Amino acid sequence: MTFRKYLVLAGVTIFAAMGDSLLAYGMRQVGSLSWHHLPEVILAVFNPWVAVGILLLLGFFASYMAALSWADLTYVLPATSLGYVLLALIAKFWLHEIVSPTRWLGIVLISAGVGFVTQGPALTHRPSALVAEECLPAVASTRAEP
Amino acid sequence: MKHLYTWSAIALIVLASTAGDVLLSRAMKQIGDVGELRRRSGLLTVVGNILRHPSFLLGVLAMTVAFYSLLFALSWGDVSLVAPASASLTFVATAVAAQIFLHEHVDHRRWLAAVLVAAGVLLLAA
Repeated sequence: MTFRKYLVLAGVTIFAAMGDSLLAYGMRQVGSLSWHHLPEVILAVFNPWVAVGILLLLGFFASYMAALSWADLTYVLPATSLGYVLLALIAKFWLHEIVSPTRWLGIVLISAGVGFVTQGPALTHRPSALVAEECLPAVASTRAEP
Repeated sequence: MKHLYTWSAIALIVLASTAGDVLLSRAMKQIGDVGELRRRSGLLTVVGNILRHPSFLLGVLAMTVAFYSLLFALSWGDVSLVAPASASLTFVATAVAAQIFLHEHVDHRRWLAAVLVAAGVLLLAA
Protein backbone atom coordinates (compact mmCIF):
# COMPACT_ATOMS: atom_id res chain seq x y z
CA MET A 1 0.00 0.00 0.00
CA THR A 2 1.45 3.33 -1.10
CA PHE A 3 0.43 6.88 -0.15
CA ARG A 4 -1.29 7.24 -3.56
CA LYS A 5 -3.40 4.17 -2.86
CA TYR A 6 -4.50 5.56 0.50
CA LEU A 7 -5.43 8.78 -1.35
CA VAL A 8 -7.63 6.77 -3.74
CA LEU A 9 -9.34 5.10 -0.75
CA ALA A 10 -9.90 8.56 0.77
CA GLY A 11 -11.44 9.67 -2.54
CA VAL A 12 -13.82 6.72 -2.50
CA THR A 13 -14.85 7.62 1.06
CA ILE A 14 -15.36 11.37 0.58
CA PHE A 15 -17.06 11.28 -2.84
CA ALA A 16 -19.50 8.59 -1.64
CA ALA A 17 -20.47 10.46 1.54
CA MET A 18 -20.98 13.82 -0.17
CA GLY A 19 -22.74 12.30 -3.20
CA ASP A 20 -25.18 10.36 -1.04
CA SER A 21 -26.06 13.34 1.14
CA LEU A 22 -26.73 15.59 -1.87
CA LEU A 23 -28.83 12.82 -3.45
CA ALA A 24 -30.92 12.46 -0.30
CA TYR A 25 -31.40 16.23 -0.07
CA GLY A 26 -32.51 16.41 -3.70
CA MET A 27 -34.91 13.48 -3.45
CA ARG A 28 -36.60 15.16 -0.51
CA GLN A 29 -37.33 18.11 -2.83
CA VAL A 30 -38.57 15.83 -5.62
CA GLY A 31 -41.00 14.12 -3.24
CA SER A 32 -42.60 10.66 -3.25
CA LEU A 33 -42.15 8.70 -6.44
CA SER A 34 -44.95 6.43 -7.65
CA TRP A 35 -45.38 3.68 -10.23
CA HIS A 36 -48.08 5.74 -11.95
CA HIS A 37 -45.74 8.56 -12.87
CA LEU A 38 -42.69 6.74 -14.17
CA PRO A 39 -41.42 9.76 -16.18
CA GLU A 40 -40.97 11.59 -12.86
CA VAL A 41 -38.49 8.91 -11.84
CA ILE A 42 -36.34 9.72 -14.86
CA LEU A 43 -36.83 13.47 -14.48
CA ALA A 44 -35.65 13.23 -10.86
CA VAL A 45 -32.06 13.26 -12.13
CA PHE A 46 -32.57 16.82 -13.44
CA ASN A 47 -33.05 18.23 -9.95
CA PRO A 48 -29.83 20.25 -9.42
CA TRP A 49 -29.00 18.62 -6.07
CA VAL A 50 -29.56 15.16 -7.49
CA ALA A 51 -27.46 16.12 -10.55
CA VAL A 52 -24.48 17.34 -8.48
CA GLY A 53 -24.89 14.27 -6.27
CA ILE A 54 -24.65 12.06 -9.35
CA LEU A 55 -21.51 13.93 -10.53
CA LEU A 56 -19.85 13.27 -7.16
CA LEU A 57 -20.95 9.63 -7.32
CA LEU A 58 -19.24 9.38 -10.73
CA GLY A 59 -16.03 10.55 -9.04
CA PHE A 60 -16.68 7.91 -6.39
CA PHE A 61 -17.15 5.29 -9.10
CA ALA A 62 -13.85 6.08 -10.84
CA SER A 63 -11.84 5.89 -7.61
CA TYR A 64 -13.76 2.78 -6.52
CA MET A 65 -12.85 1.01 -9.79
CA ALA A 66 -9.21 2.01 -9.34
CA ALA A 67 -9.20 0.64 -5.79
CA LEU A 68 -10.84 -2.63 -6.84
CA SER A 69 -8.11 -3.15 -9.44
CA TRP A 70 -5.49 -3.60 -6.71
CA ALA A 71 -7.41 -4.57 -3.56
CA ASP A 72 -9.98 -7.15 -2.45
CA LEU A 73 -13.66 -6.25 -2.33
CA THR A 74 -13.76 -7.32 1.33
CA TYR A 75 -10.89 -4.88 1.98
CA VAL A 76 -12.18 -1.87 0.03
CA LEU A 77 -15.72 -1.93 1.43
CA PRO A 78 -14.87 -1.81 5.17
CA ALA A 79 -11.83 0.44 4.57
CA THR A 80 -14.03 3.10 2.96
CA SER A 81 -16.87 2.86 5.49
CA LEU A 82 -15.43 5.88 7.34
CA GLY A 83 -17.80 7.74 4.99
CA TYR A 84 -20.62 6.98 7.45
CA VAL A 85 -18.60 8.59 10.21
CA LEU A 86 -18.03 11.56 7.90
CA LEU A 87 -21.80 11.81 7.32
CA ALA A 88 -22.47 11.85 11.06
CA LEU A 89 -19.81 14.55 11.57
CA ILE A 90 -21.30 16.66 8.75
CA ALA A 91 -24.69 16.29 10.44
CA LYS A 92 -23.25 17.48 13.76
CA PHE A 93 -20.98 20.35 12.75
CA TRP A 94 -22.62 21.62 9.57
CA LEU A 95 -26.31 20.82 9.96
CA HIS A 96 -26.13 21.18 13.78
CA GLU A 97 -27.97 17.93 14.41
CA ILE A 98 -27.52 16.31 17.81
CA VAL A 99 -25.40 13.16 17.63
CA SER A 100 -26.75 10.78 20.31
CA PRO A 101 -24.54 8.43 22.41
CA THR A 102 -25.86 5.49 20.35
CA ARG A 103 -24.59 7.17 17.21
CA TRP A 104 -21.19 7.84 18.76
CA LEU A 105 -21.07 4.12 19.62
CA GLY A 106 -21.88 3.35 15.97
CA ILE A 107 -18.99 5.61 14.92
CA VAL A 108 -16.64 3.78 17.30
CA LEU A 109 -17.70 0.36 15.92
CA ILE A 110 -17.19 1.45 12.30
CA SER A 111 -13.80 2.94 13.09
CA ALA A 112 -12.80 -0.29 14.85
CA GLY A 113 -13.88 -2.28 11.76
CA VAL A 114 -11.84 0.00 9.51
CA GLY A 115 -8.83 -0.38 11.80
CA PHE A 116 -9.10 -4.18 11.78
CA VAL A 117 -9.33 -4.60 8.02
CA THR A 118 -6.67 -2.04 7.09
CA GLN A 119 -4.10 -3.79 9.29
CA GLY A 120 -4.41 -6.91 7.15
CA PRO A 121 -3.28 -7.48 3.57
CA ALA A 122 -5.16 -5.62 0.81
CA LEU A 123 -5.11 -8.52 -1.66
CA THR A 124 -5.60 -12.16 -0.65
CA HIS A 125 -7.23 -14.06 -3.47
CA ARG A 126 -5.65 -15.77 -6.44
CA PRO A 127 -6.23 -13.67 -9.57
CA SER A 128 -4.63 -16.37 -11.75
CA ALA A 129 -7.54 -18.74 -11.03
CA LEU A 130 -10.04 -16.09 -12.10
CA VAL A 131 -8.11 -15.18 -15.22
CA ALA A 132 -7.71 -18.81 -16.29
CA GLU A 133 -11.47 -19.28 -16.08
CA GLU A 134 -12.08 -16.52 -18.58
CA CYS A 135 -9.26 -17.44 -21.01
CA LEU A 136 -8.23 -13.86 -21.74
CA PRO A 137 -4.66 -14.11 -23.03
CA ALA A 138 -4.03 -10.35 -23.19
CA VAL A 139 -5.20 -9.86 -19.62
CA ALA A 140 -3.35 -12.92 -18.40
CA SER A 141 -0.03 -11.62 -19.71
CA THR A 142 -0.43 -8.18 -18.10
CA ARG A 143 -1.47 -9.86 -14.87
CA ALA A 144 1.53 -12.17 -14.77
CA GLU A 145 4.08 -9.39 -15.27
CA PRO A 146 4.14 -7.75 -11.82
CA MET B 1 -48.26 -1.01 2.85
CA LYS B 2 -45.64 1.69 2.45
CA HIS B 3 -43.53 -0.25 4.97
CA LEU B 4 -43.66 -3.36 2.78
CA TYR B 5 -42.71 -1.32 -0.29
CA THR B 6 -39.75 0.19 1.55
CA TRP B 7 -38.39 -3.16 2.74
CA SER B 8 -38.90 -4.78 -0.69
CA ALA B 9 -36.92 -1.93 -2.22
CA ILE B 10 -34.22 -2.39 0.46
CA ALA B 11 -34.02 -6.13 -0.34
CA LEU B 12 -33.64 -5.30 -4.03
CA ILE B 13 -30.91 -2.74 -3.26
CA VAL B 14 -28.95 -5.33 -1.24
CA LEU B 15 -29.26 -8.04 -3.91
CA ALA B 16 -28.46 -5.78 -6.84
CA SER B 17 -25.56 -3.93 -5.22
CA THR B 18 -23.96 -7.16 -3.95
CA ALA B 19 -24.15 -8.65 -7.45
CA GLY B 20 -22.84 -5.38 -8.88
CA ASP B 21 -19.91 -5.17 -6.44
CA VAL B 22 -18.87 -8.76 -7.13
CA LEU B 23 -19.07 -8.29 -10.92
CA LEU B 24 -17.15 -4.99 -10.85
CA SER B 25 -14.48 -6.41 -8.56
CA ARG B 26 -14.14 -9.44 -10.85
CA ALA B 27 -13.76 -7.21 -13.90
CA MET B 28 -11.13 -4.97 -12.29
CA LYS B 29 -9.10 -7.93 -10.99
CA GLN B 30 -8.96 -9.38 -14.51
CA ILE B 31 -7.97 -6.03 -15.98
CA GLY B 32 -5.22 -5.53 -13.41
CA ASP B 33 -3.73 -2.62 -11.45
CA VAL B 34 -4.97 0.46 -13.36
CA GLY B 35 -2.09 2.61 -12.08
CA GLU B 36 0.52 0.33 -13.67
CA LEU B 37 -1.55 -0.23 -16.83
CA ARG B 38 -1.94 3.52 -17.29
CA ARG B 39 1.81 4.06 -17.09
CA ARG B 40 2.39 1.29 -19.63
CA SER B 41 -0.36 1.84 -22.20
CA GLY B 42 -2.04 5.18 -21.45
CA LEU B 43 -5.28 6.22 -19.78
CA LEU B 44 -7.51 5.85 -22.88
CA THR B 45 -6.50 2.22 -23.42
CA VAL B 46 -7.24 1.43 -19.77
CA VAL B 47 -10.66 3.11 -19.91
CA GLY B 48 -11.38 1.31 -23.20
CA ASN B 49 -10.43 -2.05 -21.68
CA ILE B 50 -12.69 -1.41 -18.69
CA LEU B 51 -15.68 -0.25 -20.75
CA ARG B 52 -15.49 -3.30 -23.03
CA HIS B 53 -15.26 -5.85 -20.22
CA PRO B 54 -18.44 -8.00 -20.04
CA SER B 55 -18.35 -8.34 -16.22
CA PHE B 56 -17.99 -4.57 -15.92
CA LEU B 57 -21.06 -3.93 -18.11
CA LEU B 58 -23.14 -6.46 -16.17
CA GLY B 59 -21.92 -4.91 -12.93
CA VAL B 60 -22.97 -1.44 -14.08
CA LEU B 61 -26.40 -2.85 -15.04
CA ALA B 62 -26.79 -4.33 -11.54
CA MET B 63 -25.67 -1.02 -9.98
CA THR B 64 -28.25 0.85 -12.08
CA VAL B 65 -30.97 -1.45 -10.73
CA ALA B 66 -29.65 -0.78 -7.22
CA PHE B 67 -29.58 2.98 -7.83
CA TYR B 68 -33.17 3.21 -9.01
CA SER B 69 -34.31 0.93 -6.18
CA LEU B 70 -32.57 3.39 -3.85
CA LEU B 71 -34.43 6.33 -5.39
CA PHE B 72 -37.73 4.49 -4.91
CA ALA B 73 -36.85 3.45 -1.37
CA LEU B 74 -35.80 7.01 -0.46
CA SER B 75 -39.09 8.37 -1.77
CA TRP B 76 -41.09 5.88 0.34
CA GLY B 77 -39.07 5.60 3.54
CA ASP B 78 -36.84 7.76 5.73
CA VAL B 79 -33.26 8.17 4.58
CA SER B 80 -32.19 7.32 8.14
CA LEU B 81 -33.76 3.87 7.76
CA VAL B 82 -33.13 3.09 4.08
CA ALA B 83 -29.46 4.07 3.79
CA PRO B 84 -28.11 2.30 6.91
CA ALA B 85 -30.35 -0.78 6.55
CA SER B 86 -29.37 -1.41 2.95
CA ALA B 87 -25.71 -0.55 3.57
CA SER B 88 -25.22 -2.78 6.59
CA LEU B 89 -27.02 -5.73 4.98
CA THR B 90 -24.89 -5.23 1.87
CA PHE B 91 -21.66 -5.41 3.94
CA VAL B 92 -22.54 -8.87 5.25
CA ALA B 93 -23.93 -10.10 1.90
CA THR B 94 -20.79 -8.94 0.09
CA ALA B 95 -18.47 -10.73 2.54
CA VAL B 96 -20.30 -14.00 1.79
CA ALA B 97 -20.44 -13.39 -1.96
CA ALA B 98 -16.76 -12.35 -2.24
CA GLN B 99 -15.74 -15.59 -0.54
CA ILE B 100 -17.87 -17.74 -2.85
CA PHE B 101 -17.54 -15.98 -6.20
CA LEU B 102 -14.20 -14.13 -5.98
CA HIS B 103 -12.28 -16.69 -3.88
CA GLU B 104 -11.22 -13.91 -1.52
CA HIS B 105 -9.79 -15.13 1.74
CA VAL B 106 -12.28 -13.71 4.26
CA ASP B 107 -10.48 -14.47 7.53
CA HIS B 108 -11.62 -13.71 11.11
CA ARG B 109 -10.27 -10.19 10.85
CA ARG B 110 -12.34 -9.38 7.76
CA TRP B 111 -15.49 -11.01 9.12
CA LEU B 112 -15.07 -9.03 12.31
CA ALA B 113 -14.59 -5.86 10.25
CA ALA B 114 -17.69 -6.55 8.14
CA VAL B 115 -19.84 -7.28 11.21
CA LEU B 116 -18.48 -4.30 13.21
CA VAL B 117 -19.12 -1.93 10.31
CA ALA B 118 -22.61 -3.37 9.69
CA ALA B 119 -23.48 -3.02 13.41
CA GLY B 120 -22.01 0.49 13.52
CA VAL B 121 -24.05 1.58 10.51
CA LEU B 122 -27.23 0.23 12.17
CA LEU B 123 -26.44 2.15 15.39
CA LEU B 124 -25.99 5.35 13.39
CA ALA B 125 -29.63 4.97 12.33
CA ALA B 126 -30.89 4.39 15.89
